[in-house]
Amino acid sequence: MAIATANQTLHTIVVYLEDEPGALNRVVSLFRRRGYNIESLSVGHTEEANISRMTLAVRGEDEVIEQFTKQLYKLLEVVKVTDVTEDSTIIREMAIIKVTADKPESRAEIMQFSEIFKARVLDVAADAITVEITGPEEDVERFFALLRRYGIKESVRTGRIAIARGSVANSAI
Amino acid sequence: MTMIENPIGKAARTTAGLPIQADNRFTPRELDGARILCECLLAEGVETMFGYPGGVLLPLYQVLGEYPELRHILVRHEQAGGHAADAYGRVTNKVGVCMGTSGPGATNLVTAIATAHMDSSPLVAITGQVGRAMIGRDSFQETDITGITLPITKHNWLVMDTKDLAETIKKAFYLAQSGRPGPVLVDIPKDVFQSKTYFAGYPTEVKLRGYSPNYFGHGRQIKQAAIMINQAQRPVILHGHGVTTSGAYQELAELAEKAEIPVISTLQGLSAFPSAHRLSLGMPGMHGGIHANHAINESDVLIAIGMRFDDRVTGNLKTFARNSKVIHIDIDPAEIGKNVPATIPIVGDIKNVLQVLNKSVEEKTHTDWLAKIAEWKLRDTKRRAAEMDRRGILPPQFIIQQMRQVLGGEAVITVDVGQHQMWVAQHFEFEKANSFISSGGLGTMGFGLPAAMGCRLAIKDQNIPVWTVTGDGGFQMNLQELATCVQDDIHVKIAIFNNGVLGMIRQWQSVFHDKRYHSTPISGPDFVKLAEAYGIKAWRVTEQSEVARVIKEANEWPGPALVEFVIPEAEMVMPMVPPGGSNMDAIEEAE
Repeated sequence: MAIATANQTLHTIVVYLEDEPGALNRVVSLFRRRGYNIESLSVGHTEEANISRMTLAVRGEDEVIEQFTKQLYKLLEVVKVTDVTEDSTIIREMAIIKVTADKPESRAEIMQFSEIFKARVLDVAADAITVEITGPEEDVERFFALLRRYGIKESVRTGRIAIARGSVANSAI
Repeated sequence: MTMIENPIGKAARTTAGLPIQADNRFTPRELDGARILCECLLAEGVETMFGYPGGVLLPLYQVLGEYPELRHILVRHEQAGGHAADAYGRVTNKVGVCMGTSGPGATNLVTAIATAHMDSSPLVAITGQVGRAMIGRDSFQETDITGITLPITKHNWLVMDTKDLAETIKKAFYLAQSGRPGPVLVDIPKDVFQSKTYFAGYPTEVKLRGYSPNYFGHGRQIKQAAIMINQAQRPVILHGHGVTTSGAYQELAELAEKAEIPVISTLQGLSAFPSAHRLSLGMPGMHGGIHANHAINESDVLIAIGMRFDDRVTGNLKTFARNSKVIHIDIDPAEIGKNVPATIPIVGDIKNVLQVLNKSVEEKTHTDWLAKIAEWKLRDTKRRAAEMDRRGILPPQFIIQQMRQVLGGEAVITVDVGQHQMWVAQHFEFEKANSFISSGGLGTMGFGLPAAMGCRLAIKDQNIPVWTVTGDGGFQMNLQELATCVQDDIHVKIAIFNNGVLGMIRQWQSVFHDKRYHSTPISGPDFVKLAEAYGIKAWRVTEQSEVARVIKEANEWPGPALVEFVIPEAEMVMPMVPPGGSNMDAIEEAE
């Protein structure tokens, strides 16, 4: 299943699961055991107590993704699985980047790029700037590409999170 | 938003209204975890458990004597206890229970749990764990058994509070036997057994938010399936173990007979449909009949019932049933479309689905189609007759035929794994439902003897014979259980097919690996003397003329008994589809 072919597309899957000990372990173990290609995973609490929401970016053919969701449903803690790939979905990722800024001109340029990308400067040191960017993955990618030439000292990314546009709400029910 | 059709309808779920109901005869009081567990097991109707004590299980064994209704079989190895409980569960369609202590006791259960998982067997494994304060410190005999068994259980729990124990046990039993059955493990720390809590009695229902099997198939899909079946010219039923777990024997027979559809049974499906039935084509796949594989290949509609298209059934998927439309009925939605795409998928309990389906299926005959299959079968019949009729040796096929004649159709047969397993599948004419117990999915050597112990203890009528057919290799993997059979007076009958080699592996070496017989010759003890050393009556058979008489004697012997059949080393299971090859390219004779 992990073999790359032309028909593979990137799917965004939203999973609601109960906060039981080992629940995350079960989901992750499933990926490994059945060879699914997970590109990113982010998880956090929801508005409902004891329910977590997980956003997964999975690459695969449609049949593989269908199997994937069925296998997810077999896990006792999994309450609901939604594929939001086809929807008008807002997808966001956050990154915090510590970039080298030991010259006045590079510092100015980094500040300028940050402004254009609506990135926030979190910290400034004598030779480094730490910025935070939130946006679609493409924006985060482009921002990274721009900063690379100054030298990225350290960076961290959250992986994608997603929510549908409009008034219809997804929930664990 | 594309809501993925929830395949198992996760709405409000409780166990209320299901046939699994606990008998609640308990007076609420303050109780320790060990006694709470025993009360729960009693309430579940557990009669027999297979276990082995150990340090952290001592608080449980301390109180077990207060519960004489719970029969504890002291096995000689936890793996065997797991297999015995697994077979106990399969043959009764109730939950089998096994126990092991923390660390090695728990890891010894792993093979048995994986076996039960692959064959969808209702099993609850209870393991002791080190005290809560000791967890995560690499304590003596500590192992992360919930972590280890995570991918081979339907679910598992580590109980960290005595207050949660009863509810967890209730959930475990419910989960193990509902929907698609499977093994569930409950890990209990020593001090959870020891601490007391107020026990109000065994819960009558539990809520599992993320679990609600779909028992009733989709009406429109079933209707579509009936239309497809009614229009079929060359239909075939291919059923598996799901018919047995659902108890849908009559419904299967009704469908087959009403529309005159030939029935093919997977290895695990064997005995759910009588082998001698005029519509039975036996087993498909790697060692299936040529006619069965041809029938699948030439079918226009393939009705797959409670089976999962295992690779040993399908051979090369690219050449499997290429021109057939597939109706796939299974209770597990994840099985549908996993290996073979379904034209009409139906998720539901087999019995329920077939009851509805049969109403819309028209009475029909398929004379030409059956005649065509009968033609293919001629070749098979000829080969089988030739296998049977050989002088100067003891043909294993002949022994199985004789066993069937002497023991009758009521007998329950467990098998180990290898050539003898296939010979039983090919030649034992199964008549009674759920009378064949085999490790089909995992292929676990050493399964046969403990499985027979489980069946013997489960089947109350001592007139029903319980035999295990095993090989000299597989038998040696769990022969320590002979002692258990003696100590607990378990009257299993053991037939060892001794060819002095690991026969199936040798067969593969012979056909696919250049006849390099490395590590397949295997020695063993004098099995007759070995049995006698344990206090078990034993026979050795080398002549065809002795076979029937000795089987009869052993069967009537009032105790466990062992018969060693000395069979030829080079004997092969035929026909044989090369691994990964097309089912249409079976080898019928070895060079």
